[in-house]
Amino acid sequence: MGLYRDITWNGLWKQNSGLVQLLGMCPLLAMSNSIVNAAGLGLATVFVMALSNYAVALLRSFIPYEIRIPVFILIIAALVTVVDFAMNAWLHQLYLVLGIFIPLIVTNCIVLARVEAFAAKNAAVAAALDGAMMGLGLTLVLVVLGAIRELVGQGTLLTGIEMIIPTAKPWQIMSADYPGFLVAILPPGAFFVLGLLIAGRNWLEARAARRANGKLRQAAAAAG
Amino acid sequence: MSNAFNSPYFRQPASVRSVMLRVLVALLPGLAAYVWFFGAAILVQIALASLAALAGEAAILALRDKPVWLFVSDGSALVTAWLVALSFPSIAPWWMVVVATLIAIVVVKHLYGGLGQNPFNPAMAAFCIMIVAYPQLMSQWPAAGHQADFAAQWQLIFGGGPRVLDAVTMATALDTMRTALHTAGGTATVGAVFGSQPTFGAFGGKGWEWVALGYLLGGAWLIQQRIITWHIPVAFIAALGVTAGLFHFISPDRYAGALFHILSGGAMLGAFFIATDPVSGATTPKGKLIYAAGIAILAWIIRTFGAYPDGIAFATLLMNICAPLIDLHTQPPVFGHKNGGQP
Repeated sequence: MGLYRDITWNGLWKQNSGLVQLLGMCPLLAMSNSIVNAAGLGLATVFVMALSNYAVALLRSFIPYEIRIPVFILIIAALVTVVDFAMNAWLHQLYLVLGIFIPLIVTNCIVLARVEAFAAKNAAVAAALDGAMMGLGLTLVLVVLGAIRELVGQGTLLTGIEMIIPTAKPWQIMSADYPGFLVAILPPGAFFVLGLLIAGRNWLEARAARRANGKLRQAAAAAG
Repeated sequence: MSNAFNSPYFRQPASVRSVMLRVLVALLPGLAAYVWFFGAAILVQIALASLAALAGEAAILALRDKPVWLFVSDGSALVTAWLVALSFPSIAPWWMVVVATLIAIVVVKHLYGGLGQNPFNPAMAAFCIMIVAYPQLMSQWPAAGHQADFAAQWQLIFGGGPRVLDAVTMATALDTMRTALHTAGGTATVGAVFGSQPTFGAFGGKGWEWVALGYLLGGAWLIQQRIITWHIPVAFIAALGVTAGLFHFISPDRYAGALFHILSGGAMLGAFFIATDPVSGATTPKGKLIYAAGIAILAWIIRTFGAYPDGIAFATLLMNICAPLIDLHTQPPVFGHKNGGQP
């Protein structure tokens, strides 16, 4: 079980695609202006990543090494088309909002990166888990980014939730006369908030390393 | 704002604190004209911005484990705060200038490494963020001739709630001119617009032209004190004047003249106090000329064809990006060499 725990930990935190690998920035920055948009695109990406990793891992012994990248892209594109049609059918309003960014999941480099780096070299179940966890890591960052931008930008959370659950209402956090901070919704806000999130993650890691060091030194002092 | 950034390093530059103090003193003539024509609201904004800047600077210095008192007392945060306050409408709600100053100090200055490391001018970056976020609030300027109405100004700054916009507010001369020329279907002329609105004075905005002359006076004193060199202000004003004058000469009805552009909006503040920031600007003599002319021409383009009330801030940020490249290609000859600086 150690392998699966490592895969999960890598995907969600240690190799997080949004905060550490910094892959898949285009949808991350473009579609993180509200929680609903962010979660919608993130979960679509999770689905594509898990299935494409699974499919490639199953087929990996049949794919000629020299033309593996085009084959990977074809597999990913087929899965993205499925997601595209499914969202068009069942989540049509959200589909209209996300627009071009759903087909663009094909070109999201984190998808191809995990297929090439992990699925092409590992067993199918582990590969599927890796795809799902990497996607979930990205989705978590997307949702946090979307929450901060939405809250600062217009003082609400879960705007557009009625596109998914027709009876639900968005959540007004700030008082009604909150003037909003438009920059947070605009593209520069995505860069600012992402930069702060990366800084926050690095700070947590540095603190953890300092503490581990301190414990080591204490142990050494006690032993010496 | 020192003249000794490039070889041959003749002078020992003054301490940061004395430079910053003299910059603040140089802002006083313009500030006095501002208070005289537009009332004491600007003093409230300067106080708010200064408090926010000092508090923000102290907090972020403590977070960064830097000596707090050494850097807070150097006055650089105060200069940023004053420039933010002077570039904002003096009747903007109190939180705007506070948020803008905190953005300038914490985000634009310290997150990029603190004094001397920031690639962008903090005051102008904060101005750009706020004008993108709140274009409406940033376009409501005090009207000249209502300087005694301090209670109304105080209400606008601290009142909250819906803003009662009566005679105490006014669009700036630049804004009025551009809106009139853009919306009248091409029939309005510069001369007709200029005569028709109370916001215009003899050359630029009513009252604002005197504030601009105040900045000119303070800026000239800064040059005499050798805090700044003549390159940036002269190149800035010359480039703005030549560009505006040329287009005015070609089509006097469509384009306002040189004096209007030089004496309106933030041109004088930009020429002497913003473009001359040595951290975010070019530092070689030839580079300063290119840099300042670039800001002036971009500002004229944004003012004339853009949708924002003034273009100095955006132009400054765009040229901030170019400053390292300009410096790279304008290195003066190495002292003692004659062959164009190639060592």
